[in-house]
Amino acid sequence: MFDNLQEKLEGAFKVLKGQGSITEINVAETMKEIRKALLDADVNYKTAKAFTDEVKQKALGQNVLTAISPGQLLTKIMNDELTLLMGGSVDELELKQNPTIILIAGLNGAGKTTFTGKLANYLKTQKNKKPLLVAGDVYRPAAIDQLEVLAGQVGAEVYTNRESKDPVAIALEGIVHAKQNGNNVVIVDTAGRLTLDEALMDEIAEVKKATNPHEILFVVDAMTGQDAVNTAKAFNDRLDFTGVVLTKLDGDTRGGAALSIKSVVNKPIKFVGTGEKMDALDVFHPDRMASRILGMGDVVSLVERA
Amino acid sequence: EKTKDSFFSKIGKAVLGKSTVDEEVLDELEEILVTSDVGVSTTLKIIERIENRVAKDKYLNASELNQILKEEIQALLEENNSSDFEQFNYSGKKPYVIMVVGVNGVGKTTTIGKLAHQLKEAGNKVVLGAADTFRAAAVDQIKLWGERVDVRVVSQGMNADPASVAFDTLQSAVANNEDIAIIDTAGRLHNKVGLMNELSKIKNVMNKVVPGAPHEILLVLDASTGQNAIEQCKQFTQATDVNALALTKLDGTAKGGVVIGISDQFKIPVKYIGVGEKMTDLQLFNKREFVDSLFKAN
Ligand SMILES: Nc1nc2c(ncn2[C@@H]2O[C@H](COP(=O)(O)OP(=O)(O)OP(=O)(O)O)[C@@H](O)[C@H]2O)c(=O)[nH]1
Ligand SMILES: Nc1nc2c(ncn2[C@@H]2O[C@H](COP(=O)(O)OP(=O)(O)OP(=O)(O)O)[C@@H](O)[C@H]2O)c(=O)[nH]1
Ligand SMILES: [Mg+2]
Ligand SMILES: [Mg+2]
Repeated sequence: MFDNLQEKLEGAFKVLKGQGSITEINVAETMKEIRKALLDADVNYKTAKAFTDEVKQKALGQNVLTAISPGQLLTKIMNDELTLLMGGSVDELELKQNPTIILIAGLNGAGKTTFTGKLANYLKTQKNKKPLLVAGDVYRPAAIDQLEVLAGQVGAEVYTNRESKDPVAIALEGIVHAKQNGNNVVIVDTAGRLTLDEALMDEIAEVKKATNPHEILFVVDAMTGQDAVNTAKAFNDRLDFTGVVLTKLDGDTRGGAALSIKSVVNKPIKFVGTGEKMDALDVFHPDRMASRILGMGDVVSLVERA
Repeated sequence: EKTKDSFFSKIGKAVLGKSTVDEEVLDELEEILVTSDVGVSTTLKIIERIENRVAKDKYLNASELNQILKEEIQALLEENNSSDFEQFNYSGKKPYVIMVVGVNGVGKTTTIGKLAHQLKEAGNKVVLGAADTFRAAAVDQIKLWGERVDVRVVSQGMNADPASVAFDTLQSAVANNEDIAIIDTAGRLHNKVGLMNELSKIKNVMNKVVPGAPHEILLVLDASTGQNAIEQCKQFTQATDVNALALTKLDGTAKGGVVIGISDQFKIPVKYIGVGEKMTDLQLFNKREFVDSLFKAN
């Protein structure tokens, strides 16, 4: 897929090469290719448009030093702009409260339950915490078993109530249990839900209202396409979440959804999932994500060859 | 703007007072298609086909354009030489073996549960094979589906060899005179070579019990997935000769437009769609309805 883009950019940069400054005319074709690259990377249509307009504005009229070609200059502007958009620095979890309550939310199959296990592992091993996992998915077959297995793998405690079909009550019971049991972090797993499902969206809003979480993490699959903006916005409208978790980045997706989500809800991406195992979790690095989306490695080498 | 304008009204505005399809109309069209995950190259292909047609018949109103557009997209879905499946019909193979594959979390196990329900309702004896022995509680999950739809599940527990589970399932399907066997597999990302090879092994072992099995290799795609679905299709097809697609989670706001390009490029038909989490939420794919839904506002 990317070879194709490289070829096209090569052509586009050839036009730029040997010209002293970036003008409306010599940049137009390149901008078109970049916009297409962003769309192929699943960046949202509007976001891609806004981004290329911004890059163009920054580039126009800039004089090109002898040492640097217009292509190189453009690459740098894009990289800077994208890194800025992805959020300048690493955003840590807010863990001061005792117990700290963390609510996990997202679409079906995004990776919430897996992340819940991974987060417990991270808090135990990196932050010296004693987390309690709460099994708040009362719908998916074997969701409780799944969380129990993962909790077992990372050696964390888990609160379940198999008799109850009420996630609000289960979450509250879990918090009481944590206080009695000396757990200083409570992570509440929830069922996957689609944003059109009013009843389920109401339900998770109720869980939030009842438990007053310190962190609400929106878990999203990095392979998500154009719908990422609608989904992120709908969850944010109901929950005003505090951070985003991007899963399945061990695949070969460019992950343009990350950029779309950032630009539509402006919440920090806090973690990325990079595998199915419980230690496959990284804190988010904006610069790495930026170069992944644009395949900047490839673009840079392309410019260097020019 | 919470609900976006329906395409029809957008196109209507764009063509108002004009007799030809101009840049503005085509831009509008591009936005609609790209935001449905149709992808840039397939979108350009569709637009090109439209441009070719409207050059001939000049005077167009919005509803005519709308019609042409739908026809062209349906044509792309049709070029894989398949008409829509009318019914769950397996032309005499017994047991008819379906192997279900796909990346993590797309809805494989749920689709199997729903499909088992449909097939059973249609009068078939169905057995499921719990060959996802890796993901936490995967075996419990499919067993619960088996209970829910009242279908037998063959399993060897967690961490068993998935190929061995598949082998067992087919052997017992033959012994029990069952009509259809459906094999679940663990979710795996298509760029993981070892896991993709494992899939070929599971596939190959089935052929030893039932010649020609698996008859159907069903790749499950999540409607919310973007352009990566194309790579998924490519890699899974290489590893296992995928010959049918299921598109899940179409009850959400995602349109699943990526299957248009996939269908065109790989000539693999979309067979089933998932529209919810209940056992009745599986339907046979219908091109016309699918194309209509692309142009509906959320
Ligand atoms: N490769 C990979 N797989 C992941 C990652 N995170 C989760 N998964 C897998 O994705 C699938 C779905 O994960 P779950 O944790 O069950 O997702 P969920 O959001 O809890 O799903 P529901 O509760 O049904 O909505 C499982 O197969 C996980 O193993 C990741 O970072 N990389
Ligand atoms: N709304 C909706 N949810 C679905 C649909 N199909 C599956 N799901 C949900 O998606 C989530 C993941 O489904 P699974 O069947 O476990 O997915 P899987 O592909 O087997 O996952 P792994 O085995 O972990 O790779 C569950 O919450 C399902 O209920 C659908 O058509 N609509
Ligand atoms: Mg879950
Ligand atoms: Mg499964």
